[in-house]
Amino acid sequence: MSGHPEVLTIIAAVTADAAGRLVLSGRLDSAGVALVWTPALALAAGSRGELGVDCSAVTYLDGAGASLLVRLRQLCVETGRECALAGLAQDQAALLALYTAGLESLAAETSRPHISYLEQVGRFGVRMWRDVSDLVGFLGESSVALGRAMASPGLVRWKDVWSTCETAGVNAMPIIGLIGFLMGLIMAFQSAIPLKRFGADIFIPDMLGISMLRELGPLVTAILLAGRSGAAFAAEIGTMKVNEEVSALTTMGLDPLRFLAVPRVLAALFVTPILTIFFNLFAFIGGAFVVSSLGYTLTTYLTRLQASVTVGDIATGLIKAMVFSLLVAGIGCRSGLTTGTGASAVGASTTASVVAGLILIAVADGLFAVLFYAMGI
Amino acid sequence: MAETGQPIISVRHLTAAYGGRVIIDDVSFDVARGEVFVILGGSGSGKSTLLKHMIGLYPPASGEVLIEGRDLIQAFGDERERILRSFGVGYQSGALFGSMTLIENVRLPLEEFTDLPEEAMNVIARLKLSLVGLGPFAGLMPAELSGGMQKRAAIARAMALDPGIIFLDEPSAGLDPITSAELDHLILSLRDTLGITFVVVTHELASIYAIADRVIMLDKRTKKIIAEGRPEELRDHAADPWVRRFFNRQASETEE
Ligand SMILES: Nc1ncnc2c1ncn2[C@@H]1O[C@H](COP(=O)(O)OP(=O)(O)O)[C@@H](O)[C@H]1O
Ligand SMILES: [Mg+2]
Repeated sequence: MSGHPEVLTIIAAVTADAAGRLVLSGRLDSAGVALVWTPALALAAGSRGELGVDCSAVTYLDGAGASLLVRLRQLCVETGRECALAGLAQDQAALLALYTAGLESLAAETSRPHISYLEQVGRFGVRMWRDVSDLVGFLGESSVALGRAMASPGLVRWKDVWSTCETAGVNAMPIIGLIGFLMGLIMAFQSAIPLKRFGADIFIPDMLGISMLRELGPLVTAILLAGRSGAAFAAEIGTMKVNEEVSALTTMGLDPLRFLAVPRVLAALFVTPILTIFFNLFAFIGGAFVVSSLGYTLTTYLTRLQASVTVGDIATGLIKAMVFSLLVAGIGCRSGLTTGTGASAVGASTTASVVAGLILIAVADGLFAVLFYAMGI
Repeated sequence: MAETGQPIISVRHLTAAYGGRVIIDDVSFDVARGEVFVILGGSGSGKSTLLKHMIGLYPPASGEVLIEGRDLIQAFGDERERILRSFGVGYQSGALFGSMTLIENVRLPLEEFTDLPEEAMNVIARLKLSLVGLGPFAGLMPAELSGGMQKRAAIARAMALDPGIIFLDEPSAGLDPITSAELDHLILSLRDTLGITFVVVTHELASIYAIADRVIMLDKRTKKIIAEGRPEELRDHAADPWVRRFFNRQASETEE
């Protein structure tokens, strides 16, 4: 009796004898049962009166074989017939008894209850509503936590803040620099073609300066932050939630928001403006390549850039970056803290953090456009 | 049941290390077919490490592990898969898949490794679950169960393919005495009816006396096997006083 044999020379079989009894033979392990299950049940369902099952030719019986016998018996119970098992060896009978001892019934909920379409719509609505109100609640709670951190900076776990600054900030510099450089290069190059037709290619620095500083710099930096760090926050805190580490914090009297969310949000708040500046710097370097290839000197490029860009452009860009970072880091931490149970819940909350982060960035960017327009800056 | 006198598992000069840190140093032992073999030792002595090396989860620093005469460590491809399928493992923390219901957890190996019809897989999975007393909970998610129930479900999953060997890492830790005794009873009935060989890591003295045919005891300091034999024998006649104290449940003397 050694689990699975090397070669399955003897395969199980089922036949009906003259008296209409089922005759099972061979090895009733999972491979054997796979062969005889359907024919055996069909034969049993087709026969009439008491169902006799002859097992004297069964050479081996394990859990799979026992399941077949249990199912045959159950079939008889369902149709109100008698079932007579015969010919089981002693140890096989003992095995069957072991399996059936604690068995209540087979006809139990093996699948989840079916939910009607209408109910699904209702559930979806309730879930949406709950999400939105959770979000508002979270906004309030985290503002309180942040405010408290500002009021008494001694309570903040600065060690965590600095280490998050490193992972979310310093380590993000290469990708930010690369994307910034490429965007500056591509934008300058794409606009060079039409502008040159009008002899206006001297205005490339103006265009680049305003679009990068005011719009693209903060936006792309925030998008990268959402994909890189917001997702990481959600996954990290979500895994802690699944492992009950968050519960452990709570019962120690440590507020998970203060302990986990505040350091991350603060770190994001610190590094995002720096990353935005870094992004803009590389975008301008990219633009410089294009402009100098068009025959202008670097001095011309820098002078034009300086003349066209105001302090207001830089300031609005950095304010946007800070607000985006609060949204992205906050939503990342929130997704983590609301993770359900199990590994797939961590995946779900990571996805949710990125999607919600991007939506919030887009919405906030629109609001900023209106606001700055109204304020005239 | 015993087809041969050859040991079903044999561990030869096994040295286990994490990085450069040796946890188990050159141990050898055999597990006979159909026996309940218990691995003992203080906490941190490397019981789980030994178990994980026996099931091929980590490659040993040196030495070999033979399962039914086949070398698990050298094997690869189909051969390795066949050896892996010949045993089931219940992990210390349960290791159920959190995104699946209990019955889906138990059905997973059946779906992957057999050609059984859907209905057959459901019936088999149900029988395994009711064997560990979890029949009525088949449709629940692991997170909806207590720790002890998760452990039992993990054992049901380990048994899904009716393996000849089952490895269990601290199966009764965290179970109440009654459930723990029922688990012991289950292990013995499976051994008696199916001839399954069990390799069990446990601390529970009561359960050791109830189930163990043979124990080995690991020593944290020497990193070797400090004692081997039947538990009653070790309790009364072990050469090492620490081993006797363990079996008699006495506190260490102060010089330690
Ligand atoms: N994955 C791992 N990496 C490094 N060291 C480990 C790992 N797992 C266990 N150890 C170390 O190996 C030793 C034995 O651990 P373990 O086998 O889990 O002990 P036991 O199960 O007997 O309590 C411990 O000192 C532990 O720190
Ligand atoms: Mg352990």
